[in-house]
Amino acid sequence: MIEVRELVKKYGNKTVLDHVSFDVKDGEILGLLGPNGAGKSTTMNIITGNLAATDGTAAIDGHEILEEPLRAKKELGYLPEIPPLYVDMTVKAYLSFIYRLKKCKLPKKEHLEEVCRAVQIIDVYDRVIKNLSKGYRQRIGIAQAMIGNPKVLILDEPTVGLDPKQMIEIRNLIRSFGKTHTVILSSHILSEVQAVCDRVVVINKGKVIADDTAENLSGHLNGRRLRVKVEGPQKMVEEGLKTIPGVKAVYPIVCTEPGCCAFELHSDEHTDIRRQTSAYFKASPWLLLEFTEAEISLENIFLKLTDSKGGKK
Amino acid sequence: MTAIFLRELNSYFISPIGYVYLAAVYVLAGYEYAILILGGSADLSNEFAFLYTVTLLLTPILTMRLMSEDKKQKTEQALFSAPVTSGGIVAGKYFSAFVVYLAGVAITLLHTVFLAPYAKISWMIIIGNYVGIALMGLAGIALCMYISAQTENQIVAAVGGLAAMLLVISLNSLAGVIPFEPVQKALYAISFYSRYHNLTLGIFKVSDLFFFISFAAVFFFLTTRVLEKRRWSGK
Repeated sequence: MIEVRELVKKYGNKTVLDHVSFDVKDGEILGLLGPNGAGKSTTMNIITGNLAATDGTAAIDGHEILEEPLRAKKELGYLPEIPPLYVDMTVKAYLSFIYRLKKCKLPKKEHLEEVCRAVQIIDVYDRVIKNLSKGYRQRIGIAQAMIGNPKVLILDEPTVGLDPKQMIEIRNLIRSFGKTHTVILSSHILSEVQAVCDRVVVINKGKVIADDTAENLSGHLNGRRLRVKVEGPQKMVEEGLKTIPGVKAVYPIVCTEPGCCAFELHSDEHTDIRRQTSAYFKASPWLLLEFTEAEISLENIFLKLTDSKGGKK
Repeated sequence: MTAIFLRELNSYFISPIGYVYLAAVYVLAGYEYAILILGGSADLSNEFAFLYTVTLLLTPILTMRLMSEDKKQKTEQALFSAPVTSGGIVAGKYFSAFVVYLAGVAITLLHTVFLAPYAKISWMIIIGNYVGIALMGLAGIALCMYISAQTENQIVAAVGGLAAMLLVISLNSLAGVIPFEPVQKALYAISFYSRYHNLTLGIFKVSDLFFFISFAAVFFFLTTRVLEKRRWSGK
């Protein structure tokens, strides 16, 4: 449905995208994951025809965005980073404008109401956008992308500015939309991508560093990491921890509690070191105060992915 | 294009700009009309000659937010990702400004109608005046729209437009004082005034019509290029 081939974007000498390629199949929800400034928005702007690539192509439904822009955009709904709202219009007037702009053929009143109900903005339908909160504006932005029931939805950080309840609702909405449509969404929140997306493309510094299913990616990275807080002398505890079978590395982490020290224990992907660690402390003279499986954060993913890339070289 | 046209037209009257513009044109045209009537003259060409300066100077007000606002508010992304060409985007905006412009000069229609029972009106001259002022509007709006596309600041767009229009207005006087003939000729050739003046006298010359239309077309085209360029540079 969406083909992105070897996209390169340069601003002068600065390379923002460096040969980015990926495909999105019909009915798939793809997550673009990456830190701020990784090139997620740039990629999306290129796919949607807002920005021209220095090199490479992007096509929607077989229509290249620069060659056949009108055909490609016909099946496209886009929520940019900043929702493109005319703030002095009412929600109704604005969505009617978008409806006409997209040359939508669906029955107007029913369709607009359906979209508004889906993103829950029906209660502000007649209000002027500039008087609405960030959460509402974001949802109006999602609504305008959904108008015309496009085959492809491209959402740049769709849950920014929403409260946790709204976040869950919007994620559910995207999931249900993704059953019949193709969706690309960007995020820097790993759990969001895991909750919503079938597949994840990780971008860092303009390069694709991973392209896999969310399960595989997190499974692969579930390289066991344990955090422990121990009452005892740091040096000796660290030496001791290194002797636990399966532990590959021990990193001291910040601990402010007096008389205590904390560590992160790394093992390889297939080894569960929880039992050995627990058994070790049972036999040791030190007291174990905390024992948690470290959450895999986006930073961990990047460390891991960039590490393994570096290792190959 | 229709969607953009209607939205832009509507936005003139959501914000005060449309009202302020129309009020200014109506007051100034009425002022000149009153002077004519009080002076016992029924020659509306004088009013149109006055409107030449008024409309040109006020055109930047009409166009100042036309292109700049979308850039500033990032709303252009909605337009760029919709199935509409750059030409369609520019055309929608351009004609919305032109309609407000026409609504402004249309006040003179009332002036003419009220005058008709009391004086002999030379209709060809009146028609010539309307054609002239409409064509000049097309050219002026295109130029100011192009300037508006260069910035995301309305004030910069307005001041830039004003400077450009002052230049356009004064080109004729400038040409008059230039002693070097080829330059003088060239300046006269691109001056709005003499061409507009022909039309106010009821003289229709193909070259004059062609001049205004091609002037408008050039800046219309340049504006679409600015939008395209933004897509390439991302700025």
